[in-house]
Amino acid sequence: MNHWIVAPVLLPAMLAALMVMAMRHDLVLQRVFSVAGSVALVAIAAGLYWLASDGTIEVYKLGNWQPPFGIVLVLDRLSATMLLLTSGLGLGVVLYAIGSGWDGRGWHFHPLFSFQLMGINGAFLTGDAFNLFVFFEVLLIASYGLMIHGGGGMRLRSGLQYVVMNLAGSTLFLFAMGTLYAVTGTLNMADMAVKVRSLAPGDEALMMVGATLLLIVFAIKAAAFPVQFWLPGTYANAPAPVAALFAILTKVGAYAILRMYTLVFGADVPAVGSYFSELLMASALVSLVVGSIGVLGAKQLPRQAAFAVLASMGTLLIAIGLNTSAGTGAALFYLVHSTLAAAALFLAIDLVRDAQGPTTRAPGGLVATLFFIAAIAVAGMPPLSGFLGKLLILDASRNTPHMVLIWSVILVTSLMLIVGFTLRGSRYFWKPLDPNWHDPGNFDEDGNPVPALPLNPLALAAACIPPALMVIFTLAAGPAMRELEATAQQLRARTPYVEAVLGPGAFATPPAEE
Amino acid sequence: MEALLALVIGLQTAAGTYLMLRLRSFSVIIGTALLTYAVNLFLFASGRLAINLPPIYSKYAEGYTDPLPQALVLTAIVISFGMTAVVVLIALGGYLEADSDRIDLAGNPGEIDTDEFPVPETEGEAPNSDRAEGDPS
Repeated sequence: MNHWIVAPVLLPAMLAALMVMAMRHDLVLQRVFSVAGSVALVAIAAGLYWLASDGTIEVYKLGNWQPPFGIVLVLDRLSATMLLLTSGLGLGVVLYAIGSGWDGRGWHFHPLFSFQLMGINGAFLTGDAFNLFVFFEVLLIASYGLMIHGGGGMRLRSGLQYVVMNLAGSTLFLFAMGTLYAVTGTLNMADMAVKVRSLAPGDEALMMVGATLLLIVFAIKAAAFPVQFWLPGTYANAPAPVAALFAILTKVGAYAILRMYTLVFGADVPAVGSYFSELLMASALVSLVVGSIGVLGAKQLPRQAAFAVLASMGTLLIAIGLNTSAGTGAALFYLVHSTLAAAALFLAIDLVRDAQGPTTRAPGGLVATLFFIAAIAVAGMPPLSGFLGKLLILDASRNTPHMVLIWSVILVTSLMLIVGFTLRGSRYFWKPLDPNWHDPGNFDEDGNPVPALPLNPLALAAACIPPALMVIFTLAAGPAMRELEATAQQLRARTPYVEAVLGPGAFATPPAEE
Repeated sequence: MEALLALVIGLQTAAGTYLMLRLRSFSVIIGTALLTYAVNLFLFASGRLAINLPPIYSKYAEGYTDPLPQALVLTAIVISFGMTAVVVLIALGGYLEADSDRIDLAGNPGEIDTDEFPVPETEGEAPNSDRAEGDPS
């Protein structure tokens, strides 16, 4: 048993407790510990990724209780990929928060940030359905604190909406868990996968009720169509570094859907069939359209970025809803890309605000470049990975029954995203420089444009981290795609996961792949 | 027994859902509290109802009731208690800051788009001097 598996949960938990107890009022010390913790997390995540990259599935039994009775943490390729993504994003965000001074605008930014990372890492690692609920609550309660960080009436009220929506989601999660426990008699995900495939015929309807409730819960987290209304207000009003970190929160929902609806409620279960994938596909297509209309219509940059997140979740869920090996691989590629792209966009927008101050003057060229890169990435234009991601999704949906619909929705919405970002971008970067646009604050007495406010170099450098990671991801797209395809195959094989947790031969009737 | 419990859970869920759809944050909070009570009872029932049986195996009792749902209920109670405290504080903060306890974000009734920073579109329009694009705090 490798004890490093529990480190991504334990390290932030202990750091957060230490920061809130021992260095409550010392921001400098908190910053030092927070950055050191984030760097350590990157190192641990990279080590775990290396460990999982040969295809072995490591199981960590908490308290050494035998599964299915105790809680297990499971490290496979998918978990390791998500951990690496989270830690990389976390380091960039924490550096930006320090550079821009956001962490000093309220109390306890760094402890809450650590608790947030603990919850996210735990949700990616756990192999127990009720434990997944607990980690969801950990990450949510930290996100409530981060969401209202800095205060302000508008932020508190949109925070209240966010909290209430997620409280309703948590209640639904418990209803789903209760139903599934009543049917299967277990909460261990691997054990559930076995039990679901050998249910008594009369219990199948109850199982489907529980699984559908669970899908609604994950859809709330992933902001899929009928339950996406919380997202624009929350992301637009959250502090910028927090909004950038929240880019991974919606992906926790997508991860949970990917895990539960291939491992446990896979299409090979007779009662399930293509029910969930079709439900997901319909919802994803509508989310993508709603998000793109929002991008086209939003008047402020943060709101536009929030709708762009919605659109990217729609695209991601389309790929997941395809429910094929190629679709899952494309989904993972787009998941990594869209997380980095959304974070880059939110950080660039915060730099725009900082450079403008209370005026309408044009931000400098570097900020404009960052926004340009992020907008290209989010819209899915070449040369960045968004283009490759969308191409992979289009390719994976070739020869499926809904091909015409999927292709037309993805292509038309991409155009809408481009137009939307062009509109806002030219308004924020070119219009203030137009001498015919009479805003005296923009020009000095000689009629020359007033330069933007100076920006903190650390904030600028940190805002370059997500785009830089994206560029690396694009350049290494070939090897990355091979890794992610292996990840998708491991995820869809199911038997290795179940046998790693429950022991060889636990899956009596190994389901046929595809 | 089953009918009574099912009825109570159903009533609480219905009342909780109704209250959550109200406009004022106070009723919404009461609604979430009712919903969490309902789900606690529901979780308790998910291990089947057994009366007068201990939750551990004992050779002196004729059977036992499933102990796991009881542990789940305990976890759920602790979490929902903490969450309710958080939501009350955020609601109170929002009310004190914004002077409104409405749960929706519209400042005035009938206003649908909360565009705080209108963009001067027409040429020569007087600049909006009190624009605050920066941090609202």
